[in-house]
Amino acid sequence: MARRSYAIGVRGAGVVGLWQALVLARRGHAVTLYEQSAQPFAESCSVYAGAMLALRCEEDNAEPVINELGKRGIALWRETYPGTAVNGTIAVALGRDRAELDRFARMTGGHRRLSAAELVALEPGLGDRFAGALFFAEEAHLAPEPALRFVLDRAQAEGVRLRLGASEAPEGADLVIDCRGLGAKDDLPNLRGVRGERIVVKSRDVTLTRPVRLLHPRFPLYVVPWSDGLYMIGATVIESEETGAITLRSALDLLSAAYAVDPAFAEAEIVRQGAGARPAFPDNRPRIIARNGYIYVNGLYRNGFLLAPALAELVADYVETGAKDPEVFVEDPAQR
Amino acid sequence: MLTLYGKSFNSRLLLGTAQYPSPSSLKQAVEAAGAEIVTVALRRESSRARTGQGFWTLIEELGCKVLPNTAGCRTAKEAIATAKMARELFGTDWVKLEVIANDDTLQPDLFGLVEAAAALAGEGFEVLPYTTEDLSAAERLVAAGCTVLMPWAAPIGSARGLINKDALKTLRAYFPDIPLIIDAGIGAPSHAAEVMEMGYDGVLLNTAVAKATDPVKMAAAFAKAIAAGRLAFEAGLIEPRDMASPSTPVAGTPFFKIDQAS
Repeated sequence: MARRSYAIGVRGAGVVGLWQALVLARRGHAVTLYEQSAQPFAESCSVYAGAMLALRCEEDNAEPVINELGKRGIALWRETYPGTAVNGTIAVALGRDRAELDRFARMTGGHRRLSAAELVALEPGLGDRFAGALFFAEEAHLAPEPALRFVLDRAQAEGVRLRLGASEAPEGADLVIDCRGLGAKDDLPNLRGVRGERIVVKSRDVTLTRPVRLLHPRFPLYVVPWSDGLYMIGATVIESEETGAITLRSALDLLSAAYAVDPAFAEAEIVRQGAGARPAFPDNRPRIIARNGYIYVNGLYRNGFLLAPALAELVADYVETGAKDPEVFVEDPAQR
Repeated sequence: MLTLYGKSFNSRLLLGTAQYPSPSSLKQAVEAAGAEIVTVALRRESSRARTGQGFWTLIEELGCKVLPNTAGCRTAKEAIATAKMARELFGTDWVKLEVIANDDTLQPDLFGLVEAAAALAGEGFEVLPYTTEDLSAAERLVAAGCTVLMPWAAPIGSARGLINKDALKTLRAYFPDIPLIIDAGIGAPSHAAEVMEMGYDGVLLNTAVAKATDPVKMAAAFAKAIAAGRLAFEAGLIEPRDMASPSTPVAGTPFFKIDQAS
């Protein structure tokens, strides 16, 4: 049976919109991706993401649905983007915070304990400073901006038309998929922004090859290696929609925690800093809301890169068959 | 009934609102606990242009009395400014006053606390000070106008329970008419029950609930422990004895048992 092809407008070119456009175009739909900013990613919170595909570590706070969608998400990233590094995540705690490691082990799965010798063998830069470590072998990571550019290129290669500086749906569109994140706040009253600040540094001395999470009761932090000696240090979680520059307090917290992970960070150069606001619903779960030919995909919170590919597939399935996964589809955004 | 600054509450469990997996799980925990008072930290950056409104709306929807706190303030001046901002944002004179001396232990700065409490009480605030078990500090806070005291059981988030029980007993004995609420350091429902048995008026919790595997169940567990502890206090506990004391009369039973003699 030949599937019908639709003319679809995808609104917002962050990680959610890009994946939505790519998945629909691959399935033969005529997709126009339109974005209000004049430059790609200029107003997107996606560029502030840690972009760890943290299937397991996010179990600390997230619900099982995140894990199910995340598995598919990692698979799609690996198939699509060669820059996806799958070499796991390490979680460490300093001696006096040993209880944090026990708590993290209790809340998450898919890990094994590393002895001090195993930790040094796996990640020599971490030395013998830690009381213990957990290794999450399944997890992956990537650098957000190159990944976003790659997905955009792929989408365009699949026939997606990109319109920048546009906020009107393309003429003749059968339906619109709204992927604007907080940009859709006026339509989705219970959507809120959760501020995340991060710092990017460049170091010749730090040798970390995979994401490292420092478990700390007050300043939990992760360090994600990008390429060319760049490391992203993040991220705060503050109930505020304010974007823009990092505060001095947060910078002190993040940088001193990074220094605790690896003292070699002391000589690193600060390359960029800034804050994005993650879109979240009250339960911090992603939602797909379909209303008469207008579909919102929103609320990916801390898990945009992990969840965007799988949610894009669920939306495409719905467009083609009407199937609604009850875990993520809701009729009324105030639901749950 | 727990009466604080003229307002009465059925629940003696106060909940913090930080560190939950999501605002929805916070809401469920508040419901499971039957809590009627929640405390909210105010960060400066969230109050600029009301960028924290999304979260505050969810807090207001809990339907509880909101007790803003000055968490993270390092000086009396900073705490006073934060308290004023909170009064404006939440429309309440209540403030849980925190002035932190030490970033590591989050030990209250008792000198700054007394100074800020006096200044705020002078401006019509109803101050609930987060203090230690120190008696002299408690006296100064009461003299400054506080009619509620919130001593710690142990450092914030440490889950260590009552680390200085004797001092907490002394505090209770010295201030029989001041509501005393344990703020910080509680890890298990048994800790909360114990301090309620000692005659404390309430317990404020955050980490022990929010970071439990199942925060909603843990909130319910604490609510039961606190209610049980209070009931036990009202019922009057017996005093510990140095030796066994049979609960059935032994008069008339032979002291020397024949089967043990062989």
